[in-house]
Amino acid sequence: MLDYVVQRLVQAVFVMLVVALISFSLFQFVGDPINNMVGQEATNEQREALRERLGLNDAVPIQFARWVGNAVQGEFGISYRMGKPVDELIAERLPATLELVFLSAILALVIGVPMGVYTGLNRNSWLSRLLLTVSLIGISLPTFLIGILLILIFGVWLGWLPTFGRGGVVDLGGWQTSFLTLQGWSHIIMPAFTLALFQLTLIMRLVRAEMLEVLRTDYIKFARARGLKQRSINFGHALKNTLVPVITIMGLQIGALLAFSIITETVFQWPGMGLLIIQAIQFADIPIMSSYLVLVALFFVTINLAVDLLYYVVDPRLRIERPVAGH
Amino acid sequence: MNTARQPVLDVRDLRVVFETRRGPLVAVDGATFQVNEGEVLGVVGESGAGKSITGAAIIGLLEPPGRVAGGEVRLDGERIDHLSADQMRRIRGKRIGMVFQDPLTSLNPLYTVGRQLIETILTHQDLGERQARQHAIDLLGEVGIPSPERRIDQYPHQFSGGMRQRVVIALALCVSPRMIIADEPTTALDVSIQAQIIKLLKRLCDEHGAAVMLITHDMGVIAETADRVAVMYAGRIAEIGPVADVIQRAQHPYTKGLMGSIPVVGHDLEKLAQIEGSMPRLTEIPRGCAYNPRCPQVFERCRHDRPELLPAGGSQAACWLHEGAAEAAE
Amino acid sequence: MQNVERPSVDLPVPPRLGARLAENVRLFLDSDVFDSFKRSPVTIVAFLVTVALMVCAVFAPWIAPHNTYDLASLNLMDAFRPPIWEAGGDPRFLLGTDEQGRDLLSAMIFGLRISLMVGFLGVLFAAVFGTILGLISGYVGGWVDALIMRIADVQLTFPAILIALMIDGIVGAIVDTRADADIKMGVLIFAIAASLWVNFARTVRGSTMVEKNKEYVQAARVIGIHPILIMYRHVLPNVMGPVLVIATLSLAIAVITEATLSFLGVGVPVTNPSLGTLIRIGNDFLFSGEWWMSVFPGVALVILVLAVNLLGDWLRDALNPKLR
Repeated sequence: MLDYVVQRLVQAVFVMLVVALISFSLFQFVGDPINNMVGQEATNEQREALRERLGLNDAVPIQFARWVGNAVQGEFGISYRMGKPVDELIAERLPATLELVFLSAILALVIGVPMGVYTGLNRNSWLSRLLLTVSLIGISLPTFLIGILLILIFGVWLGWLPTFGRGGVVDLGGWQTSFLTLQGWSHIIMPAFTLALFQLTLIMRLVRAEMLEVLRTDYIKFARARGLKQRSINFGHALKNTLVPVITIMGLQIGALLAFSIITETVFQWPGMGLLIIQAIQFADIPIMSSYLVLVALFFVTINLAVDLLYYVVDPRLRIERPVAGH
Repeated sequence: MNTARQPVLDVRDLRVVFETRRGPLVAVDGATFQVNEGEVLGVVGESGAGKSITGAAIIGLLEPPGRVAGGEVRLDGERIDHLSADQMRRIRGKRIGMVFQDPLTSLNPLYTVGRQLIETILTHQDLGERQARQHAIDLLGEVGIPSPERRIDQYPHQFSGGMRQRVVIALALCVSPRMIIADEPTTALDVSIQAQIIKLLKRLCDEHGAAVMLITHDMGVIAETADRVAVMYAGRIAEIGPVADVIQRAQHPYTKGLMGSIPVVGHDLEKLAQIEGSMPRLTEIPRGCAYNPRCPQVFERCRHDRPELLPAGGSQAACWLHEGAAEAAE
Repeated sequence: MQNVERPSVDLPVPPRLGARLAENVRLFLDSDVFDSFKRSPVTIVAFLVTVALMVCAVFAPWIAPHNTYDLASLNLMDAFRPPIWEAGGDPRFLLGTDEQGRDLLSAMIFGLRISLMVGFLGVLFAAVFGTILGLISGYVGGWVDALIMRIADVQLTFPAILIALMIDGIVGAIVDTRADADIKMGVLIFAIAASLWVNFARTVRGSTMVEKNKEYVQAARVIGIHPILIMYRHVLPNVMGPVLVIATLSLAIAVITEATLSFLGVGVPVTNPSLGTLIRIGNDFLFSGEWWMSVFPGVALVILVLAVNLLGDWLRDALNPKLR
């Protein structure tokens, strides 16, 4: 058990270091940050002073070490465009994005998994065919288009839901939440659904495919040959075996939600990290881009780690003490 | 015919059809055979001859688009070929057990063997959890698994291939079914373990009073284990009879060819016979006798009329060569 | 004796090209793949729609009723015309006009051309690059394989859209792409290709490793045929099926990615608007009532992606013998 966890942790740290190196190189070698920060009319002395203040005159390894050291403490420098520390900007925006992603993930799982199980078990029912057809439309609809259509229908034509911003949020010691007021909910529901829809259909289709795959296996055939009850075969034997691959997929999908939140936030003018990064990309605001990269990588690595540990719980094959064999 | 002793399994004129886009494929065509109490019937043939499909059809586990298109299957005199799905489920495991080819994939990897045994026992028998567990431990001991009290809580991947097949046999036998269908039970195992498993299967079936239908392509296994043997070719039974007769005095030209192609230790290998050509695809079964294009003794009638099983020597063979013998006997 | 074998297709004399072609067509029409195509009306419709859209894209200058690149033909008096069935519609503009008086239908046809071109080129580069890396990885093995596959693993944990967005942002920071539309397009295609190569590489690597150990490849190696030739002749044909499936499904992803990036304002330049760009422009007018400016390009995009997805889905099932 310990070996397994340590191995995963080492891998995670390695990935983080690679991403950190990319982020740092980005910071170091891409463009001239000074030009991005000062106007055309700035004097050379002003430029040099700024360069010194940002520590851009030190040797590269020192800069990298300092950069990693700072990053670990949550300091990512100062945004070129907004002139504010990146960590402050991110801290302001993070709760909005995390709440959006969280709600979307719940929606996608709670609706997607049962639909996948149903369509996998009842392959030929009309409802399965309908769900499958609708799901194909679901994965063919780009996220931003879903958002636009929802805004058009519920915001513009029906006028039921607000179309931008977070509305009334409640401040819980620096964490602004949408979940405590009705107005907050009315603002978050449309973006959350927009973000969830693609993942929902994907999860449904993947659970279905896994289910079909498992139902074809020998042990399911053998379970039938022993006369076990259909319910026990479907929900005990088949569903549990479906879980192993489905957990991986869900881990990846929750990561994908974070990426797609960029789009959703743009459509709904949701004041989260996505809106921050998209503006940073448009203005080549490297400190924000590189810190976002590190943050996203951290998020992904954490999820993957969680997924690996979940495997361990679900699949007994990983749990045995393997003899330490040479490679 | 001996009516006093009712066969455990009585299959008459079984026909299994797969609907495909190029028309129906007849995978099993008019199979008729019985398996008596305490008897082991071996079913042999090349792959694609319809052996496994026959087994699946009897136990009601044909995969679509396959379906039983005709004939009767009786278990202890009761027809079971058109029961409802749930009625059939109650028979499976309880009155007919099945053992599959690959022990590595036959067990659910996520449950302990004990859980799989106990679930099967409780499905068919009205026992308490503790009694079921005790029964499961006894069974594991019976199939030769050492220290079953400890092993019962282990997962399948903690067992070796041979041990897993023992677990599979325990699972098939756990509510003492009347009939066991074993579909290539040793093919996936090491040669050294095959004999043990076959012996175990035979001994247990004897003790539990179960009849066995043993499907295999291995004549050696048949010779050692079976009481009677059915030879299948292109979905039809070519010859059926006591194992000694079929092996030593084969009556159907196909069986003769089959026996001739088995190497015997001590004989000159160059003399090993082989059958010309290959078994026809199910789409291209010729008229008359299915074996006629390959048969060295073919004559005109074989190409037009399909032979029924006719008495021939100690067994029955579906071959026109024995027509005279049949008439003479009448 | 009755002959139960099929008539042989290996004629002793090599047939003329025409005959060979006819034979191949006959074999194709008789194949399971074509049969499953014939039996799936949805697939046939998807195929026809895809072909029709591609024809529209290729022949856009001849098919579109107006040339939207010809700025002189635009008249601001024609701006914001609704579709012809709405009050105020103009018979010259079937689906209405945008804020500059451009015909929306024509803009969509030209936009489709851009979307498909970017998508196709992105997938093409991804397929070529991914297939080559997969072949090398699978055939050479060792540390080369380990390196390529680790990169693939890390990249696979990030969604394509994020990779494309980051590459686009980074390259955009290095070279000022705002100035040159062609460079901007190139970066976009590169970003899409770089986000899609992994699937090709992994699949091809898997098949290559299987094929590599088969006897005919071993034999080819023993008689001294160059590895590149072995891969080209023996391994490549065997992986073409899966590659085709991935390419089709990737085209849908590429088109969505392009549209999304363009919608976010980091994709194709506004001078050559793609469907995504049109939707973005339309989005600005969503609240003032000009719904058609975003809805019609959106519908066109969904139809295109849906048709390609349906084709890819069908192809995957048709080429997968397990499902038959």
